[in-house]
Amino acid sequence: MADAVPPVAMTGDDALLDYLLRLGDSDVVLAQRLGEWVGHGPVLEEDIALTNVGLDLLGQGRMWLTYAGEVEARSCGRGRSEDQLAFLRDGGAYRNLQLVELPNGDFAATMVRQFYFDHMHLSLLRALTGSADARVAEIAAKAVKEVAYHVERSDDWVIRLGDGTSESHMRMQQAVDRLWPYTGEMFAVDAIESALIETGIAADASALREPWLAAIDAVLAEATLTPPTGEWMQGAHGRGGKQGIHTEHLGHLLAELQFLQRAYPGAQW
Amino acid sequence: MSTEWPLWEVFIRSQHGLAHKHVGSLHASDAEMAVKNARDVYTRRSEGVSIWVARSSDITASSPGDREALFEPANTKVYRHPTFYPMPDGVKHL
Repeated sequence: MADAVPPVAMTGDDALLDYLLRLGDSDVVLAQRLGEWVGHGPVLEEDIALTNVGLDLLGQGRMWLTYAGEVEARSCGRGRSEDQLAFLRDGGAYRNLQLVELPNGDFAATMVRQFYFDHMHLSLLRALTGSADARVAEIAAKAVKEVAYHVERSDDWVIRLGDGTSESHMRMQQAVDRLWPYTGEMFAVDAIESALIETGIAADASALREPWLAAIDAVLAEATLTPPTGEWMQGAHGRGGKQGIHTEHLGHLLAELQFLQRAYPGAQW
Repeated sequence: MSTEWPLWEVFIRSQHGLAHKHVGSLHASDAEMAVKNARDVYTRRSEGVSIWVARSSDITASSPGDREALFEPANTKVYRHPTFYPMPDGVKHL
């Protein structure tokens, strides 16, 4: 795929642009996945709640992508808008985690994916509130309150369904195990992130892994679910979603997300 | 056995209001979930600062059939309204 795997020697604004896309794309892609639940939630209340989370993420994604466009403009004189970034980039140029592009599956899989992501998301945003880049710190501070609620909701569902009926327990354990290999990428740091960690702009994702594990294990224990032990991680060694290497699912998601702007360029309502 | 979650009545205290007002109802499996659902269903546009929920089945309501017996006697007793009494002109600070 074109645009996949950025040059490793990226620094300064080029690296920041890539990092902002990583932050924004995961939000946008997960928001799109959650949006697929509209009208299909198990009950009306949950339908609204789940898509509220999606809308929170979409709002955060917009802030990251808008800033990404500004950084692009100051680095090469021609910056794209949030819409151009979201609707006119191919899969290989997307920098989201593979975890968030995976299909919704059943409600258990959707909630476990959210649970894994939310816990990382919250500690990442908390760390970013201390970023040396004022804009990054600002956006993180705004997002952190919303995400604190996401974590509460996800924990709640994991415990309810894990410690629920035998059917719900079985489905949750399956989801916990199946999605596990996609969690390693969240804490993998490549050359681009290293460069930004050095200048105090990015958060050191690798330092978030231990607290994340502890939080996940505590909730899984309460949910009577068995924590996965698999060591093998998908895309965790510099060739994952953050470098533009995606699963086959992202293309289908983008086809739906981008259809209108691709078929009718510049269309508005 | 009913597979449907029980119904809850939701009361929200708004930014400026002193009392919680009934805003509607929703389904939830327990009180904690009812509060969370109420947050998502009824406070999306910053309507509230506080939420109460109560099981609909725990609320005892007057029966519409008793309406006449309960409320009509008051209709003929206008003297129960303070406006029924003319105020003497000399009264101040009322």
